Amino acid sequence: MAAEALGWWGVPLGIFAGTLRGSAPFLFVSLGECLTEKSGKINLGLEGTLLTGAMSAYAISYLGAEKWGVPSALSPWLGVLVAGCAGMVLGLIHAWLSQQPKVNDIAVGIAMIIFGSGIAFFFGKPFIQPKAPQLPTIDIGGWSTMPAVQSALKISPLFILGVFIAPLMAWFFKSTRWGLFVRAVGDSPDAALAMGVSIKKVRMLCIIAGSFLAGIGGACLSLYYPGIWSESISSGQGLMAVALVIFARWNPIQCLWASLFFGGAQAIGPALQAVGIEQGRYLFNAAPYVLTLLIMIITCSPKKTLSGAPGALGTISG
Amino acid sequence: MTEVADAVTQAMTPIPGVVPPPDLEVVNMSKHFGTLIALDNVSMKLKPATFHALLGENGAGKSTLVKCIMGFYKPTSGQVMIDGRVCQIDSPRDAQRYGIGMVYQHFTSVPSMTVAENLVLSRYDSPGLINWKQEYQELTAFMEAAPFKLPLDATIAQLAAGQKQKLEILKQLYLKSKILILDEPTSVLTPAEADEVLGLIRQQVTDGKISVLMISHKFREIMAFADEITVLRKGKFAGAGRVKDLTVSEMAEMMMGEKREPQPVKKVAHREPIPVLEIRDIHANKDNGLEAVAGVNLTVHSGEIVGIAGISGNGQRELVEVLAGQRPATAGQVLVNGEPYTMTRAEMDKHRVFVLPEEPLRNACVPHMSVAENLALRTFDRPPQAKGFLLVFKAIHEMALGLINTFKIKTPSPETPVGNLSGGNIQRTVLARELHSDHIKLLIAANPCFGLDFAAVDYIHGQILEARNRGVAILLVSEDLDELLKLSDRILVISGGKFAYESKTEEADFAQIGQSMAGH
Repeated sequence: MAAEALGWWGVPLGIFAGTLRGSAPFLFVSLGECLTEKSGKINLGLEGTLLTGAMSAYAISYLGAEKWGVPSALSPWLGVLVAGCAGMVLGLIHAWLSQQPKVNDIAVGIAMIIFGSGIAFFFGKPFIQPKAPQLPTIDIGGWSTMPAVQSALKISPLFILGVFIAPLMAWFFKSTRWGLFVRAVGDSPDAALAMGVSIKKVRMLCIIAGSFLAGIGGACLSLYYPGIWSESISSGQGLMAVALVIFARWNPIQCLWASLFFGGAQAIGPALQAVGIEQGRYLFNAAPYVLTLLIMIITCSPKKTLSGAPGALGTISG
Repeated sequence: MTEVADAVTQAMTPIPGVVPPPDLEVVNMSKHFGTLIALDNVSMKLKPATFHALLGENGAGKSTLVKCIMGFYKPTSGQVMIDGRVCQIDSPRDAQRYGIGMVYQHFTSVPSMTVAENLVLSRYDSPGLINWKQEYQELTAFMEAAPFKLPLDATIAQLAAGQKQKLEILKQLYLKSKILILDEPTSVLTPAEADEVLGLIRQQVTDGKISVLMISHKFREIMAFADEITVLRKGKFAGAGRVKDLTVSEMAEMMMGEKREPQPVKKVAHREPIPVLEIRDIHANKDNGLEAVAGVNLTVHSGEIVGIAGISGNGQRELVEVLAGQRPATAGQVLVNGEPYTMTRAEMDKHRVFVLPEEPLRNACVPHMSVAENLALRTFDRPPQAKGFLLVFKAIHEMALGLINTFKIKTPSPETPVGNLSGGNIQRTVLARELHSDHIKLLIAANPCFGLDFAAVDYIHGQILEARNRGVAILLVSEDLDELLKLSDRILVISGGKFAYESKTEEADFAQIGQSMAGH
């Protein structure tokens, strides 16, 4: 690990670097979930979408460079695009299933987790071994002479893209006709109907677009950090992102802060490990999960209604 | 009333500088749903700049008629004519193009959005990208000229019911609708709010700016605000006329088909009233943690109906929820038959406490469970409906059949989910469950007749009185003062979470009740 030469300073640096690296998947999945939930549907299946995205990004990046003769600078980007499209396919299935009469989104979501991860594991088997070309990184650590700092400050362009999408989405919800429609559908379907908006179509598009983002989140995992494809790569990040949206009060900008927070929490364990603290390592690695639980406990109250929650979230249609 | 009548005659002549609303005519409109004839050859005319009321019992076809006009439904036959020309209206969007806008019974604004966002969103031609600076300028200008003002930046969830209803009407004015169709616009408003809103609309009509077609079954409002009425009965035209020329009983006759006097209330005096419900210094909070009930004391005796009046939002809902066990009290004690009462199922059963809460579908039913199951919610865990831990479905079914019969619940079958029934029949289902027991000692009822038609209201009032005469102690919380004055023996007014007035009903001072309700 890069932090060794820095001694104890390696811990904050490690956490900072880990935040920049590890928060991208959280960011994409939570933005996708935020869009989906704003339209009044829950997509727990984003965990499966994340895995499918990770697998397909890795597979396309590898196949593109090795088999199809795509330049190795381009093939990871092709992988990112395909990961998004794979996500859209899963999103379409979820959108169609969850809008059938008397179907519960949570049940469909859990089915989609299993389906998405199953697909990823099934098609991903041959790609566990080979090495796929990775996405380029933007180095902002050039000012430092210390290699530890340099290697810590490598930012993925996808992360920057995500940072831009967050305010863009906030602006979309506030200042576009379509954004207002999405909020209307999620908060008061009756009102949306009275405005002549098709609830099904809006939700369908939101779920598909959200799944596209989640697919790209998967690409961050396999083509940037940790930069491999394995079956345990997501370690529940898709599900945590759902909790994160609640934490962020369905606000895209706050999704950004929450993702950084979760990404940072995830980096605590490795950063401490890097300076030689082995004790309680599993405990520190569990930080994001403990945080998820804590947030759930803090935000759940029988006496208070959650502010900011879309009114029609999770209600069964028909 | 006289100034309204004068205003009507004025409004008939066009006022210079104001574009008069068009003339709307419905010709031989019919609508069939399968074999059901919801609307049968109905014609009516809405003259420009008049306030027209559409009357009828629940299920008389009023909503079907206006939905046909608005393009929600495609009429089986018949036409809509605007200014003498036949118009094809296939959707609410078409209706908007012809200047017809509808205000629904339930609010159609998006709760989490601001007033400004809701107004912009309501426009069918709102731009893809919204230039908020420009929109705000236009909205501020619009708000200045509007009959009522609302803060543009407030979210809908922060508005009171009256303000929400005003927003719905503002929306139509913002869309430049010339003909406003109002579907029971005052059903969620207090009488004072209703008068304010309708008065302001009346002013717009009087100024010759709009015409109004209002669905209602509140005679008080029709007498005060409407110029003309059209009455429907069982999907057919049942009469029309000018409000000036009609009396309430004539209108009621058109609506019901026969003259009906309100049932005289027969009350039996009880000699030895025993205190059944004692409320001691109860405090409770609202959902947002603020205090809603600020220490109330009350005793209800057997064979007595105690009425609690008040404008909604003064703590009566929270008080009923505490008594029903839906909300924890922050302080105080409730005694039933002299024993502390903590709203457990065992205690409810022991003391024979029953509740008719408001919004029965939300508070007293499981919407997806069948009518029979909902009817058995009080008794399913005891013999004969249960044997050990097993349910006896036959007993549940039989009881349901009996209750459906005695309480005249209109349901396709006992197995129909209760959420599929109409509002009146849901209320009857709850009433049947709560009142059928012989041993009932205490009944807590909140707005039991809210939104129901005359027949259902009469029936429910009859059942409540009958229970009182059997010796049941009844706490009746209602926003309908007439209902309280008719039924209760003693009347209290709740204001700001405290009782502000108390007297026997026969000695009640109407003016003082009104003042206490308003918080003076």
